[in-house]
Amino acid sequence: MSSETKQILTTDGIPLEISLKKAERKNKIKAFLLVAPLLLFLIITYIFPIGEMFTRSIDDKMITNMLPKTFKSMETWDGKELPSEEVFASFLSDFKILVEKKEHGKLAQRLNKEKNGFNTITKKLFRQVKRNKIDETQSIKEQIMKVHKRWRNVEYWQAIKRTAPPYTSAKYLKAMDMYLNEDNKITQVSEDRRIHRILWLRTVEVAFFVTVFCFLMGYPIAHLLATLPMKYSNLLMICVLLPFWTSLLVRTASWMILLQQQGVVNDFFVMIGLVSDDNRPEMMYNKVGTYVAMTQILLPFMVLPLYSVMKTISPSLMRAGKSLGGTPFVAFWKVYFPLTIPGIGAGCLLVFILAIGYYITPALVGGASGTLISNQIAYHMKTTLDWSFASAMGLMLLGGVLVIYWLYNKLVGVDNIKLG
Amino acid sequence: MSKNTEFVKFDKVDKSYDGKVLVVKDLNLNISEGEFITMLGPSGSGKTTCLMMLAGFETPTNGEIYLDSNPISNIPPHKRGIGMVFQNYALFPHMTVYENLAFPLRVRKVQKDDIDKKVDKALSMVSLSGFESRMPAQLSGGQQQRVAVARALVFDPAVVLMDEPLGALDKNLRESMQYEIKHIHENIGVTVVYVTHDQGEALTMSNRIAVFNDGKVQQLSSPDKLYEEPVNSFVAEFIGENNTFGGEVTDISKNVCKVKLQTGEILANPISVNSKGDKTTVSIRPERALINPKDKMDNNQTGKIEEVIYHGDHTRVRLDLLGNKQFILKVPNSSNELDLKLGNEIKVGWNSQDARALDPK
Repeated sequence: MSSETKQILTTDGIPLEISLKKAERKNKIKAFLLVAPLLLFLIITYIFPIGEMFTRSIDDKMITNMLPKTFKSMETWDGKELPSEEVFASFLSDFKILVEKKEHGKLAQRLNKEKNGFNTITKKLFRQVKRNKIDETQSIKEQIMKVHKRWRNVEYWQAIKRTAPPYTSAKYLKAMDMYLNEDNKITQVSEDRRIHRILWLRTVEVAFFVTVFCFLMGYPIAHLLATLPMKYSNLLMICVLLPFWTSLLVRTASWMILLQQQGVVNDFFVMIGLVSDDNRPEMMYNKVGTYVAMTQILLPFMVLPLYSVMKTISPSLMRAGKSLGGTPFVAFWKVYFPLTIPGIGAGCLLVFILAIGYYITPALVGGASGTLISNQIAYHMKTTLDWSFASAMGLMLLGGVLVIYWLYNKLVGVDNIKLG
Repeated sequence: MSKNTEFVKFDKVDKSYDGKVLVVKDLNLNISEGEFITMLGPSGSGKTTCLMMLAGFETPTNGEIYLDSNPISNIPPHKRGIGMVFQNYALFPHMTVYENLAFPLRVRKVQKDDIDKKVDKALSMVSLSGFESRMPAQLSGGQQQRVAVARALVFDPAVVLMDEPLGALDKNLRESMQYEIKHIHENIGVTVVYVTHDQGEALTMSNRIAVFNDGKVQQLSSPDKLYEEPVNSFVAEFIGENNTFGGEVTDISKNVCKVKLQTGEILANPISVNSKGDKTTVSIRPERALINPKDKMDNNQTGKIEEVIYHGDHTRVRLDLLGNKQFILKVPNSSNELDLKLGNEIKVGWNSQDARALDPK
């Protein structure tokens, strides 16, 4: 439309648009300066670490740098027969450098991850090198092959070649209980070693049901909050917010006191004769405990968005629905409920995303059958120190959340979210 | 067709919210079929509570409400078949205009074809044909109001309640909507119970007006009677403009009484005074008091002009008359060349029949 209309000039003859931009530039700069600290903060504490996590999760440069000559000479190798003398020679020369730098252990470790059995044969080779047993005027291939029979096995050389690229998807595959086999094909690990997939499924399942439970409990509470007179609703609001004012750890610990086998709830069940004393049900260190504690802890995140949406729905709408002939249920279902969907969407999204990455509560009350993927991430961060694997799993979690967000946007529309 | 004069009947209805204060006190009110009745009163006078009791959103604390001779206190709102227009329209914001209008028909399981027809008819009645697929938010205030009216009428209810429906509109729109609603009522003959605090609205639209104050109906009569013949000083004060004198009855006969004021004495029409010595408030409409009256009038006084306010079609003159410094006169801006200057003394006269001696304030 603006292209059709004649250019409008100000009284001084400057085009209006330019004049407007000039007038607003100062404000724009001011606004940017105001948000600049936050932007910087976000870049430093959020975007940069995620980038770092990503590179770490796919980084496989260590071995690429350890065996530069080997990989160079392997480029021409077809990978079917044993490699040529040249490959063996460059491998030995690389290895000698590593021995000097005392990094041959790292190499053994890395190769062993690629294929079991590298540890032994690398150590054997190390001893030979250390004692200067290898005569470089003779055929190096023959000498290395004599060190251990596995050096004569082509599969081990194939394994070395597979580690050549500086980047690897192995961590991601591992997180899904898969690996690249000798033929570079994605294969599942043997059934008894598939632990991650169970954890992923359980994480989604727990997050889903916690969201459902939070919704079922939070919806009536939010409705009550929005409709009660001020003096009661304030009290109720405090009850809802009370958990927020208590440390997460304290809350989880109090659930442990309540739910354990000799705990308050079980004592009560025994007292009223619901269960016998020697047959107390286990409510902790399993999924039940995780569900109960997480639902309670995440409930406010459901109630608050719902409340803020319900607060804006005029009570006369329900009345209109009824006066027009709708039964209370019809009035609720056709009028009230559709209007709360933005709140439901926001609450569910919030709870689900928080639940999917929940860590402390499942770690404390979850037990073996209640641990989630986040506990696995923590395990690799702190115990195995396999940070790249932990990063990979963390990024997969982030990716999952983004997919859910995208799906939600497609189905409900993010513009409809109302957080408060 | 003989019309049921007790189509809606409030029978000794009391209502209290907290068990301490009665919001509605002993309400008896008959509304005949096809009538346009307005409940008029200041906020907190109990008029909206009455409407809510009729709609079924509040239950009477005592007494019974009858609709077409059936007691309805125990019938839930959705079974009463009463249409209602709410203060803020209460259109369903997530539904189109069509869906809003179809809602009462759908819950009544009306056939799709009939729904289309009725929605069409209702929309053309409020001259909004072609707006079916709009969302309420895309309509102006007046249009939303008309959709709300159409929705309350689309399922042919016996009674339509309107709770200050024009309160949110600007003045011009409000006036044109008043006529529109009035015409709709005349065309389809539905019984309308209308609640408002705007007396102009009530006078324009209604067959009868019930003036509420303090939980009670102060007066129930036609607009003209209400204006011309208020039965007590609250009604006189609340409806239209009013000049008042407080005083004491010194002499009384059948249709005239003498009232002694602080300064002076006037003749008045005894409405709610019975005997000598009664305290009273005398009420005179501004347009009933004339300047330099040509006809002979039995009250003739002189007042000093305190203020002159130009109002377009008329000029308001504030006088200091018999000790009342708020005595208002309305002078039409047409003919006479009266000398309306501040401080001038002018002669004012009125008939004792137009000066109503009511209960003391």
